[in-house]
Amino acid sequence: MIVDRPVEEVYRFWHDFGNLPKFMTFLESVESTGDRRSHWTANGPAGAQVEWDADIVVDEPNREIAWSSAEGAPFKNSGSVRFEPAPGNRGTLVRVEMEYAPFGVVFPSVMGKMLGVDVGQRIQHDLRNFKQVLELGEVTRSDASIHAAMHPARPANGHA
Amino acid sequence: MRANCWMGKNKLEVQQVPDPKILNQQDAIVRITSTAICGSDLHLYGGFVPTMESGDILGHEFMGEVVEIGSKVKNLKKGDRVVVPFPIACGACFFCQKKMFSLCENSNPNANVAEALMGHSPAGVFGYSHMLGGFAGGQAEYARVPFADVGPLKIPEGLSDEQVLFLSDIFPTGYMGAEMCDIEPGDTIAVWGAGPVGLFAMKSAYLLGAERVIAIDRVPYRLRMAQEKAGAIPINYEETSVLETLKDITGGRGPDKCIDAVGLESHTHGLVYAYDRAKQALMLESDRPIALREAIVACRNGGTVSVIGVYGGLIDKFPMGSLMNRSITLKTGQCHVQRYMQPLLGRIQKGEIDPSFVITHRMNLDQAPEGYAMFRDKQDECEKVVLRM
Repeated sequence: MIVDRPVEEVYRFWHDFGNLPKFMTFLESVESTGDRRSHWTANGPAGAQVEWDADIVVDEPNREIAWSSAEGAPFKNSGSVRFEPAPGNRGTLVRVEMEYAPFGVVFPSVMGKMLGVDVGQRIQHDLRNFKQVLELGEVTRSDASIHAAMHPARPANGHA
Repeated sequence: MRANCWMGKNKLEVQQVPDPKILNQQDAIVRITSTAICGSDLHLYGGFVPTMESGDILGHEFMGEVVEIGSKVKNLKKGDRVVVPFPIACGACFFCQKKMFSLCENSNPNANVAEALMGHSPAGVFGYSHMLGGFAGGQAEYARVPFADVGPLKIPEGLSDEQVLFLSDIFPTGYMGAEMCDIEPGDTIAVWGAGPVGLFAMKSAYLLGAERVIAIDRVPYRLRMAQEKAGAIPINYEETSVLETLKDITGGRGPDKCIDAVGLESHTHGLVYAYDRAKQALMLESDRPIALREAIVACRNGGTVSVIGVYGGLIDKFPMGSLMNRSITLKTGQCHVQRYMQPLLGRIQKGEIDPSFVITHRMNLDQAPEGYAMFRDKQDECEKVVLRM
């Protein structure tokens, strides 16, 4: 994904983990609880919430951030994001990798099923949200996209 | 509010639905005063476009009065009278900065779906399937308009709805079709399809300096409109061989530039039509490209074929050998409407064109389902239906 913003700005935005729920669909909140530690709350299926602690394991300013769930997490998960200037000064190239290993084995589809989606597609979707938050200040919404399930393209009652 | 809803293939209903609300800070809500049925709406109506959901509000050609604005809207205020362009564009991304608004990277919340079908996603569009965003359309009393500072064009006093409504789509689309031809003095331009977009392509070709324009269709009243209102030489493909007639008119060389203003539901007679119709029915081919094939074969050596008719998926029997060996340039795209609205408004104000010439039917929103059927079946010499509130 290419984000039309300088590397420094893109890195800084991601580095503030409190920003992650603005574009990661399944996250409810991420709070910084220590120098490298943060507390993550995610929405699972059927309204169930999952919580865990994660630690930053790599932090190279303007190049890479990597994190990994701490001991005691309900499932092992980790992720990394790498930043590099896009060729020709066209913003920042952002690459994300995530791994979910519920049994100590990398097995994305299990976590995917937990979240009710294809994980690769979800990451791609969330990265596009990330680009919109940086380029526009918020995620673009449509009459259908604001619903978790399929919904016709028409306004609904009760949505702000 | 009332809205015209797609309820399945060939089924429309005007229903009572909730009023739209602001969903993003750059939104505006527009109270619609005039809205139109587009030829491309007929592709949705007939079930040729995937990812429609029962209950979707249709319509992408509309205008009206701003009644509410989001907290980040700076250029519009309540009471402004605006025409809304059909592609939704953020104005900030790589493509918007290049003025390729129909390719906006940030306006389609369902870009994943479009990517799976087309490789990459184009911009979101009002009332045009879920793969193009799942945005409610403008055949309704109100519409939510995202990126209100980027798209909507304010209309000055003294111009009627009918004079400016088509700045939303068909006038810019026809104009871009002619512009992609890079018309040179002396050029002969052939246009397949004498529907509303075809007529605007013909008029625009003359505005851009064409010497002669030829219209190809099979419906007598449409050819008559092309001749009388757009000054085109008519060819009825059901009565005569198009390729022979074009050669005859151009001294054997072929038209310098050709415009396909037909798209995926093209017709012809005989075996080729039966072949494409059957393949389309069996899902072996999604689009019938009869006009496009003919436009390529007809075009003069080194000429340009400009495609503004809408295609959705795959085509068959594409004359690549003719295209390649004769150095033909193929140009296409959904119209970057935002790029053309202001200059074309200028042409309307100067009296160079009055776009209302295409209108044949004026109806109420409640009559939308009738209007669709009439437009599709070409009853009552229907060329363009405008729905008024």
